[in-house]
Amino acid sequence: MGELRLMKGNEAIAEAAIRAGCDAYFGYPITPQSEVMEYLAAEEPHKRTGMVLLQAESEIAAINMVYGAAGTGKKAMTSSSSPGISLKQEGISYLAGSELPCLIVNVVRGGPGLGTIGPAQSDYFQATKGGGHGDYRLLVLAPASVQEMADFVPLGFDLAFKYRNPVMILSDGIIGQMMEKVELFEQRPRNTTFDQSWTTTGKTPDRERNIITSLDLDPAKMELHNRDLQAKYQKMKENEVRFEEIECSDADYILVAYGSSARICQKTVKLARQKGIKAGLLRPITLFPFPTDIINSYAQKVKGFLTIELSMGQMVEDVRLAVNGLVKVEFYGRSGGVIPSPDEVLKVLEQKFIGG
Amino acid sequence: MDVKDIIRDENLVYKRTKLLTDKPLSYCPGCGHGVVHRLVMEIIEEMDIVSDTIGIAPVGCSVLAYEFMDIDMQQVPHGRAPATATGIKRCWPDKFVFTYQGDGDLAAIGTSETIHACNRGENITIVFINNGIYGMTGGQMAPTTIPGMRSSTTPYGRDTSLMGNPLKMTDLVVHLPGTYFVSRQAVHTAVNVRKAKKALRMAFENQKLKKGTSFVEIVSNCPSGWKMTPVQANKWLEENMIPFYPLGDMKVNGEIVKQG
Repeated sequence: MGELRLMKGNEAIAEAAIRAGCDAYFGYPITPQSEVMEYLAAEEPHKRTGMVLLQAESEIAAINMVYGAAGTGKKAMTSSSSPGISLKQEGISYLAGSELPCLIVNVVRGGPGLGTIGPAQSDYFQATKGGGHGDYRLLVLAPASVQEMADFVPLGFDLAFKYRNPVMILSDGIIGQMMEKVELFEQRPRNTTFDQSWTTTGKTPDRERNIITSLDLDPAKMELHNRDLQAKYQKMKENEVRFEEIECSDADYILVAYGSSARICQKTVKLARQKGIKAGLLRPITLFPFPTDIINSYAQKVKGFLTIELSMGQMVEDVRLAVNGLVKVEFYGRSGGVIPSPDEVLKVLEQKFIGG
Repeated sequence: MDVKDIIRDENLVYKRTKLLTDKPLSYCPGCGHGVVHRLVMEIIEEMDIVSDTIGIAPVGCSVLAYEFMDIDMQQVPHGRAPATATGIKRCWPDKFVFTYQGDGDLAAIGTSETIHACNRGENITIVFINNGIYGMTGGQMAPTTIPGMRSSTTPYGRDTSLMGNPLKMTDLVVHLPGTYFVSRQAVHTAVNVRKAKKALRMAFENQKLKKGTSFVEIVSNCPSGWKMTPVQANKWLEENMIPFYPLGDMKVNGEIVKQG
């Protein structure tokens, strides 16, 4: 068993970064995720593993520092919260276009604009549909516990390098700030070799020069590049869909929720079962690729779905696409940093489906 | 003496560096980019550091620099080259990392990245091509367009009361504690090309010392954007750009030697 600690979600991300063999973290402070960089600074990761830590002058600079490091094959990451992630979108689009592996953490707060520092899930569209300009996708992991905040860091890096694509951990202010027991994995070594087929570490006599770019002025070649990217995203859809089912097998009604909403709904399922309502919870762990097939297969046998989000309704669109009209898909969300209680969700379930 | 005699090895006084590719340059006739590309590649070849060098191409006319420079390169978002270079250099402190940026890239959209990389004293080389205009997008006003100078967005000349003042980035970075070497050069005459090469060489040599940022501005031309022939453009550069952007080393070995 690994080392047990009581940690904040943000601290777990930071500790996991060092243990995952991350080479470089570039960040900029923003609530509610500043503990990531603060924890790293206190740990002095350059002494523990040789990991680079740099507080950049802006989120924009930070993501471009990630771009530079990632382009040399290093395991680089950044973290921020919603307004800061908006600033990073240009860089993220370039990272996706140039096919660079990296890890981006978004500890989501309420928007739009400066919004609030309270927790929210209103960056779902931005995370899963592209976010920046152009046709691209990030592989998006949605942790629902502090344990998953830690575990998704090495998983995120592995997936980023497997597909040479940016991976986003889409967390929220609750998961980032709350403290839970975490079992930490053992220290992993940092990479010492770099794939000479694409990294820019200096052209050696035994190979052609490597170029990191997202540009091609030839329309035919650019379209080909876009087709290659789409083929890669298709592979992610085939191989990387992750989800958790709680009491779904005999359910009449399935709640669909991710991250902190899923934690709330987990309790709702218990309360519903106590009242004799056969409720289940389907928790998408990857938001892209989305667990479309499993939702569609349940749509053949349940009476309805209720999607719960800390937003005004974003993931519900993907649930509706998956259900494809087979049964009713209802939505309930709170926003602005307001969090629904398990009882509140149960009432909505009863009102919308059972009539109460 | 026939051609065969002339091309004999012992008569060879100059040849193109092997670090320039065979691809025809996409730059307009008379443009200074080709010369600066050559100088940078000659220096990397002469220092024998190609296997340890990573270049950063900007957004602007030199966005395709990686097509002509036969070295490992990254092309980055507009203005962000010093941040990207920072990311590389922090991970690879013994490699040679340089950015190659135009005036719009470095002195407008990338002002923040430029100032902060220089102020932190990142051990990188910044090559800054200042031709006072946005060449790639068709000749609009740049942060470095001099007062009275025409561009497609200042068709009657830059009126500083309306459009603000040109930004002398090199004068600014010379005062930052992180810069170790700051120089402003030109490449419109053979003499200037030699001086520019000397400054650029020092800017790369300095990376071995790890004492801060080396920043070299090249005051250059843009015959197409300026609507001039190459000869006229070089004359105009001599008579108008250089008095506004005087040439010479401004900071050497961390000491200011000439105020901007």
